Amino acid sequence: MKMMMLLIITGLILQSPCARTEPYTPASDTEILERLPVAAHGKQTLQELRSKLTRQPDDYRLALNLARAYITSGRTYSDPRFYGYAEAVLTPWLTRPYNRPDALVLRATILQNRHDFQAALADLNSALKLNPRLPQAWLTQAAIYEVQGDYPAALRSCMALARYSASSSAAACIHSSLSLSGQAQSSYQQLTAIVSDQGNPEELTWTYTLLAELAERLSLEQDAESWYRKALGQQQRSVYLLTSYADFLLDRNRCGEVVELLAKESQADALLLRLTLAEQRLRLKSFNGHRDLIQDRIAAAKARGDTVHQGDEARFNLYVLNNAQTALELAARNWLVQKEPRDARILLEAALAAKQPEAALPVIRFIEQTRLEDARLSPLLQTARG
Amino acid sequence: MKRLFCLLLYVWCSIASAHKPSDSYLTLTIDSNRVSGRWDIALRDLDFAIGLDNNGDSAITWGELRSKAAELSQYAFSRLKLNDANTACSHRETNLMIDEHTDGKYVVLIFESDCSLAPIGKLGVDYRLFAKLDPQHRGLLKLNQNNISKTAVLVPGEAARIFEISSGKQSGAELLDFISEGVRHIWIGFDHILFLFSLLIPSVMVYQWPRWRPAPSFKDALRDVVNVVTAFTLAHSITLSAAVLGYVELPSRWVESVIAVSVVLAALNNLIPLFTAKRALLAFAFGLIHGFGFAGVLAGLDLEDHSKLWSLLGFNLGVEIGQIALVLVFLPIAYKLSRYRFYQAVVLKSCSIGIAGLACVWVLERAFEISVRI
Repeated sequence: MKMMMLLIITGLILQSPCARTEPYTPASDTEILERLPVAAHGKQTLQELRSKLTRQPDDYRLALNLARAYITSGRTYSDPRFYGYAEAVLTPWLTRPYNRPDALVLRATILQNRHDFQAALADLNSALKLNPRLPQAWLTQAAIYEVQGDYPAALRSCMALARYSASSSAAACIHSSLSLSGQAQSSYQQLTAIVSDQGNPEELTWTYTLLAELAERLSLEQDAESWYRKALGQQQRSVYLLTSYADFLLDRNRCGEVVELLAKESQADALLLRLTLAEQRLRLKSFNGHRDLIQDRIAAAKARGDTVHQGDEARFNLYVLNNAQTALELAARNWLVQKEPRDARILLEAALAAKQPEAALPVIRFIEQTRLEDARLSPLLQTARG
Repeated sequence: MKRLFCLLLYVWCSIASAHKPSDSYLTLTIDSNRVSGRWDIALRDLDFAIGLDNNGDSAITWGELRSKAAELSQYAFSRLKLNDANTACSHRETNLMIDEHTDGKYVVLIFESDCSLAPIGKLGVDYRLFAKLDPQHRGLLKLNQNNISKTAVLVPGEAARIFEISSGKQSGAELLDFISEGVRHIWIGFDHILFLFSLLIPSVMVYQWPRWRPAPSFKDALRDVVNVVTAFTLAHSITLSAAVLGYVELPSRWVESVIAVSVVLAALNNLIPLFTAKRALLAFAFGLIHGFGFAGVLAGLDLEDHSKLWSLLGFNLGVEIGQIALVLVFLPIAYKLSRYRFYQAVVLKSCSIGIAGLACVWVLERAFEISVRI
């Protein structure tokens, strides 16, 4: 009898609400199934360009314009489908006998977005051999070297950029790479002196974000906050900016503000993760649903063989699933591909949580070598060296 | 110049694309010479390819989709060709439905394909969906046959993929693999063996306060063993199934620690008997936790959904076989020895103390992640 009771109780405990969705037939013709992401007029412009290109497939300028428009949409929404469309438009121009440096540079930005850095650098080198007066190519090259942690190479590319373009972007590029190689303080001062309140909002958003992150590394909390606010004030949608600002808020346990900032941002994975971390700390009900959604997305990416999110996946494993070992493995693999301060941080945190400080050795060596300064990393480094 | 700027700046923000890239989900189930299929394609992608948003309001309704059903199916199926050896399979569409994936709604195309008359030996899949529109699109194929499934990532525009379709034999071989995996786990999973031993050592005795006495007959001992083993089996089968099928998930550190605790308690129970006649209940209660431990092994094997039940059955069978083998060796020897006086002092007491001590070390190691050198 007791056995029976036990069985029944166990059965009740094991009942779980997790149900898989089944395909269905909508009840009404008016049921809206999907809202398309691009705002109406943006989509129209894209469609016009696209149908023009269908009529004039040999128009190289038109193809470049369409590819650029797709890449811009891809960036705004952080949506890889647009990068795929852009790649398809460029492909006919990248086969022999064409040697089109602009098309190569555009493809490099697509490859960079996929974190296929080697292929992107190869495209950039080919393009620059054909025409060294390509500011875009030098800047993309610098950005890739910076992500890879090769700051001297990034600086060389920025110098080349300065030779061909007098824009303030070249100065920002130079100071960005200097700031990562032991000159954070002076770079910050010089960049603060250069930056103006006027200009292209896109450029301002970028420069302010750069300054905010730099201030954060120098633990100038107030400065960072005001740079972030200025960047957000430009009203330019940037997933990168939102991600960095959300991390800044999470570090200060201002979780309510994170939820407010990202409440509607469940599409972009990076933002969804920050939102979920904030909800977890606030013990909000929405946390469970978002955690499951991230897990489903990770499974979907795995099915495809994608590995571009290893850094964030490590963070998800460490803080949401409390699985330090898996987090460490992911963070270590991520470190082989990219070496930004946030990549260093997650590897250090995972190594300490998994009680394997020796696994953080590559980061420790890297920071000694590059003299990277970051207030967020210092305490972690001390413990790891301990 | 302005356009140049826009691009110039964004390269810096090298956070990886945060959305899911374009995928379609293709499931093919093979039954003799017939293939039944389900193909999920994102509405967004189809809109880009053939235009679904008739009235241009940036929303796709069911009505709009239905009005394009014929064009849609023509578009899709002209880009997916199945063949058996070199004979093309015919296709017949049976239904159009909707399903939701992590990045939005997908149209679900349900179809049947008839291939040659003989059972399919090699299935060729030529996948070209969106090849010219999005080179990053992928078709995620799941191929099911006889409860086994395999997966593949189809790259549009690459040469057709050929899949070897095995006859039913392989599933038998796979079952054997899982059975041996189960047996192996019982033998190398020292904690499970020790737990069972601790419960079985006193099976050949009866407790009469204040001491254990030899069981009156072999039949009594056997009945006790059967009770304990059945309870343990029942319990761990329940939780093993529940965990593998994804109904329950427990943190592995917790599970492993409680398993170690169960060994300590089972051994201590022989020294200070609390559950004497009711050891079956103890076996059941802790068996539930041991089941989660077994599930950890299967989880490590990364099974496909469709082969889960099959492997679960095999693994469980293997665990039982291992257990029975253990009991068959143990029981006659223990019964014989229990007729001598030293059984209680030497075997029951010292073994239980030893097991409890060892398991205490495990508890420390597992719960507090300390490594104890012995």
